[in-house]
Amino acid sequence: MSFSWARPYEPKHPVARWIDERLPLPRLVYGAIGGGYPVPRNLNYWWNFGVLAGIFLTIQIVTGIVLAMHYYASIDGAFNSVNQLIMRDVSAGWLLRYAHMNGASFFFIVTYIHIFRGLYYGSYKAPRELVWMLGLVIYLLMMATAFMGYVLPWGQMSYWGAQVITGFFSAFPMVGEPLRIWILGGYAPDQAALTRFFSLHYLLPFVIAGVVVLHIWALHIPGSSNPTGVDVKDEKDTLPFHPFYTAKDGWFAAAVLLVYALVTYFAPNYLGHPDNYIPANPLATPAHIVPEWYFWPFYAILRSCTFNLFWIDAKLWGVLAMFGSILLLFFLPWIDRSPVRSGAYRPVFKRFFWLLVVDIVILGYVGGAPITPFNAALGQLAAAYYFLHFLVILPLVSAFETPLPLPNSISESVLHGEAAESAPAGQASGPGSVAVATAE
Amino acid sequence: MRWILGLIGTVFAAVLLLSFLSGITAYFQNPPAPLASDEFHREPKELHLASDGPFGKFDKQQLQRGFQVYKEVCSACHSMKLVSFRDLKGIGYSDAEVKAIANQWQTEVPSINPDTGEPATRKALPSDTFPAPFANDTAARAGNNNALPPDLSLITKAREGGASYVYSLLTGFQNEPADLLKKFPDAKTPTGLHYNPYFANLNIAMPPPLTSDGQVQYQDGTKPTVDQMARDVAAFLVWTAEPNLENRHAAGIAVVIFLLFGAILGYLAYQQVWAEAKRKVRVTGALEPKNQAKSRRAKAKQGVAG
Repeated sequence: MSFSWARPYEPKHPVARWIDERLPLPRLVYGAIGGGYPVPRNLNYWWNFGVLAGIFLTIQIVTGIVLAMHYYASIDGAFNSVNQLIMRDVSAGWLLRYAHMNGASFFFIVTYIHIFRGLYYGSYKAPRELVWMLGLVIYLLMMATAFMGYVLPWGQMSYWGAQVITGFFSAFPMVGEPLRIWILGGYAPDQAALTRFFSLHYLLPFVIAGVVVLHIWALHIPGSSNPTGVDVKDEKDTLPFHPFYTAKDGWFAAAVLLVYALVTYFAPNYLGHPDNYIPANPLATPAHIVPEWYFWPFYAILRSCTFNLFWIDAKLWGVLAMFGSILLLFFLPWIDRSPVRSGAYRPVFKRFFWLLVVDIVILGYVGGAPITPFNAALGQLAAAYYFLHFLVILPLVSAFETPLPLPNSISESVLHGEAAESAPAGQASGPGSVAVATAE
Repeated sequence: MRWILGLIGTVFAAVLLLSFLSGITAYFQNPPAPLASDEFHREPKELHLASDGPFGKFDKQQLQRGFQVYKEVCSACHSMKLVSFRDLKGIGYSDAEVKAIANQWQTEVPSINPDTGEPATRKALPSDTFPAPFANDTAARAGNNNALPPDLSLITKAREGGASYVYSLLTGFQNEPADLLKKFPDAKTPTGLHYNPYFANLNIAMPPPLTSDGQVQYQDGTKPTVDQMARDVAAFLVWTAEPNLENRHAAGIAVVIFLLFGAILGYLAYQQVWAEAKRKVRVTGALEPKNQAKSRRAKAKQGVAG
């Protein structure tokens, strides 16, 4: 890795040495998630969520592979294979299914926290732009995977969700309708769509795993960011990933899995929609078609455009706004040009960040709620703010804001004088370096 | 590039704000007419069942009573396609009883005549799912004023409110309130439908199924009031939708205890690992005598000359 003091891998056992000389896989693992990866010593708990996302990806892949052994991708058999065979007859099938259903929700919960951590602490800034962009690619793949997975039980929301989401493509002029038909393999969701969604739903998680490898690889070049946003300067600023962060991630993962277990075992359908326990019926449209909760903010943006401006009609504006709301995040490293990474030292940015969080929560509420005049108006204002935040406010704030003074180094911000104490007698810089985050 | 992106953002915001303005203008020029269902629809009544909560277990007596209600009342119109007769062992029936229930079921299972191959029917076996009362959806609609009685296997998971909704719906039939007709003269319940404030649009095609106390004769001595029968069948339908509920609760408690232990042990290990890396010198008081004494001790321990 990129730090000169990173501990090299020294195999102790002859077998380990024998393997390492022929295939340095243990060396790779040691350098990636072992004692050979130096991590800033001041990471807070918001930095635990990347590992958690990896854990939930694994849970999804394992439960998903076993579920696929019992599932029929057939429009006549899918609903019963899930709700009769898996839920009643397969040993612990109910557990696999509920773990997979709620695992998807928890995967999104931890990923959203991971993304917001990146937004607050400026983790997208140089030199980590590609880490951020690869993360967004993972997020887009997750959305596609989750959408197709929700179609598989072939309930009412599966069917009508597929109808609405593939309907986005028909908003584009000329190519839209043929594109939609090509994607579905028919005029409406049917056997062809179900089979290909199943195939892709099985494929994409492995693509995600591949991009995760790239994401971590790109991360390990500059190393992890940290709450001060100050670069690592020397060995004092870091601790080896193992045992320090494996221990921290370990207990925290158990705590988050505890919450996941509480939902999975005691409220497994809380995050789902009752209509998906009704078999798909192309002739009966549900009263309110809503996607899963993790899509609600984007669904709200989609539905908020009701005005035909220029030659573009409202539906296309909605689709463009929805795609745009995610794609703009790819430009974030260049939109926010403040040299200070961490929001902790950016008083104006910090306020707008929390406003954005509230804004997205409002969008989420509106996206899941029935359309009423009040909800529609609220959603439109919140959606407008979303775009203004990223594309207008953030560039302005980053140009005009005066950040707070940064600490000289990570160790100074956390060690509170221990650096001075541990320096050889006479060379300590004295009580001045005891100061907290406001040195400089 | 920032200028271009800023412009794009402004255009999106403009579309959304114009949508907002046109929306509120339309609202004030042309306020939407209130609907009878907005005002008269009611949330389900509270229903407490033995299966509620993380320690909930089924009350098998109640499930058997609920099954009896389903068998004698509901199953005339509603199918239960996902549940097999053998599953009834889960609510306390013996093998022989299950066999008898299957054998005497009012509808037979579609089959073929083994000699001629002609369509025929045969008596149900424990391995069969409950035979549907109608051969297909068209027949079901034809027999029910063009309304399709939904399959009940998953009904408590397929409706907002679950068992409470089922219970409320079954006990919620009433005459249309005079208020409603005064306010919304057009909202009179059409012929063939029945007023029920717990149903989304207030008018349901199902006629009141539980009409009088004693409609079903319970064998365990429970008084079969309409309210009691509705509670029992709601409890039964929780079981049909989630037969593994007890297993789930029991496994969940074990898993939660395991993870709680894991998290606590993990936390202690974490504290141990980090003890040296993060000595607890307070942010504000490194120079306080108390903390200086602490760091002297630490230095002595590490052998650093003070």
